Amino acid sequence: MTNETSNTAVRCRGLVKRYADVVAVNGLDLEVIRGECFGLLGPNGAGKTTTIEILEGLTVPDAGEVEILGTSWDRDGNALRERLGISLQETQLTEKLTVGETIRLFRSFYRNGRDPEQVLAQLSLDEKRNARVGKLSGGQKQRLAVACALVGDPEMLFLDEPTTGLDPQSRLQLWQQVVDFRAGGGTVLLTTHYMDEAERLCDRVAIVDRGKVIALGTPAELISTLHAANVIEFASEPEIDEASLRALPGVTEAYRRGPNWALPVGTLAHTVPLLLALIERSGARLVHLTTHQATLEDVFVAHTGRALREG
Amino acid sequence: MRDRYSPLLELTICRAKEFLREPEALFWVFAFPVLLAIALGLAFREKGPDKIPVGVVAVQERAAAADQTLQALAQSPVLLPRRYEAAEGREALRTGKISLLVEVGAPLVFRFDETRPDSRIARLEADNALQQAAGRKDAVAVQAEKVTEKGSRYIDFLIPGLLGMNLMGSGIWSLAFSVTTARNRKILKRLVATPMHKSHYLLSQILGRLWFLIPEIFVLIGGGWLLFDVAVRGSLLLLTVICLLGSMTFCGIGLLIASRVSTIEGASGLANLVMLPMWLLSGVFFSSERFPDAVQPFINALPLTALNQALRGVITEARTLPEISVQLAILAAWGLLSFGVALKIFRWR
Repeated sequence: MTNETSNTAVRCRGLVKRYADVVAVNGLDLEVIRGECFGLLGPNGAGKTTTIEILEGLTVPDAGEVEILGTSWDRDGNALRERLGISLQETQLTEKLTVGETIRLFRSFYRNGRDPEQVLAQLSLDEKRNARVGKLSGGQKQRLAVACALVGDPEMLFLDEPTTGLDPQSRLQLWQQVVDFRAGGGTVLLTTHYMDEAERLCDRVAIVDRGKVIALGTPAELISTLHAANVIEFASEPEIDEASLRALPGVTEAYRRGPNWALPVGTLAHTVPLLLALIERSGARLVHLTTHQATLEDVFVAHTGRALREG
Repeated sequence: MRDRYSPLLELTICRAKEFLREPEALFWVFAFPVLLAIALGLAFREKGPDKIPVGVVAVQERAAAADQTLQALAQSPVLLPRRYEAAEGREALRTGKISLLVEVGAPLVFRFDETRPDSRIARLEADNALQQAAGRKDAVAVQAEKVTEKGSRYIDFLIPGLLGMNLMGSGIWSLAFSVTTARNRKILKRLVATPMHKSHYLLSQILGRLWFLIPEIFVLIGGGWLLFDVAVRGSLLLLTVICLLGSMTFCGIGLLIASRVSTIEGASGLANLVMLPMWLLSGVFFSSERFPDAVQPFINALPLTALNQALRGVITEARTLPEISVQLAILAAWGLLSFGVALKIFRWR
């Protein structure tokens, strides 16, 4: 058992949560280091929300151990709540209250917290102080949700899909909040199904699928497991068989991505001409060809054969 | 800006503001009961007893005799006579348009249904009017003295019943709606993710309802007094205590209704299921004593019956605390029971 001075913020082992007919979390292990931003990346329904809600003490797991900031929910739940800031997936707040009233209400729950006005200013909501929550845009609502998480001056933030459905500007604004919070020494655990969000914000990422961690590491480490800096995606008429693709020099892997084949490769300039020649030789016609730098999305697809957004 | 933060105070202020920003809720709590009292007060206002409609028909060309009979009947303060053709007269009697049919022939015939009290009165009155017109003198002289006692009018019965109904409605709706909405929108879940004390939340819901109790009583009792001259004969303090207890009891029942449901439809279905029987049985619009004796113990054990009896006791009969202690005990028992069960089974997520 670790104590208060340990540098582990979150540790869980063997988490299991079953609902009537699905196993949402299926033996999940995690460790989040203090001061890092840790991301749970996975498609919808992968078990991210159930996992984060177990860690937040809102859902009781069927099995497994959870340790948060050196203590546990059953040992010291109420004191723990003082130290955490939480933003639920699509938090809805009371629509008839104003932004100012809402933040003040949340501030009142914490023994030590920040000045509500200052938190509103930090999230550029100070001009919306007297607006009803029901009249806010999606981005403003999400910023208010994060403001409510920050007003208790937490050591650690839990953000469940903080930018889902937001416009690019609101996303950037929220990302900046995460960066600033970490700069002040805070720890962040967030869930997302946006690979760019995970790559931009997270020091380490756990890719979650079907209630389990299927890959873990820094975004760079995870991408390097593809042994490829780039990915070629193509489709041809008729199809080229997998064995021929794998036999191409520089190709380490070949997997389906929707109607296309995806080939992680080291150097595009080397492999693309060889691929085109192969198609030519096979008497096939090229119907689609794109290339991009390898991303976490490719790591996920390589592991599961499915795209993140497909779920 | 205050610098100290009291979660209970903030929660209560937020709940009260939420209520005040809900125009529909304000209408149902304050305007509706007064409008209902005005409508019912007008419909059942005291305007003296209605005259009894009586038909007159001529048999075998005795039209002149029939006209004389009509004039004689019209002298009665109780009867409202009208001429009919023979067939029409029978039809009017059969369909209840008239209570008595006088067939002017030889002899004179009174046609009426003996099981109808108004028909029996009409028969006696018609006989009396015709005999007097024919020159009968009364052997004994009597004088009639008419009485309408304040406190015995329908509106006197109605105002306490409406107050009781309103306390029930606002208690149950304000708790059931607000808590269910908060659960449905996952606001409850967000709140329990903070260090907020759960008891503070529940208490704020009750306080957020009780603060408008005084204006609520004032509107109904003041309205009844100004518009219909319905006075409170007993102690105003005792009246307030009863309202407070009744209100808290129905808050408890509202909390119980909202303790597990997560949709507004579910909550409103349950609330109606609980309230509808009491609107009918508990003596809001008419006395619950009209129901058979066998069900009286059940009716008397209902919280709204107890509240209405206590309110009527103080408002119209000037009863004191010991005289309504049974009703207050019934209310308190319902309140404690509902709170206890609600807290046990309450779902925060």
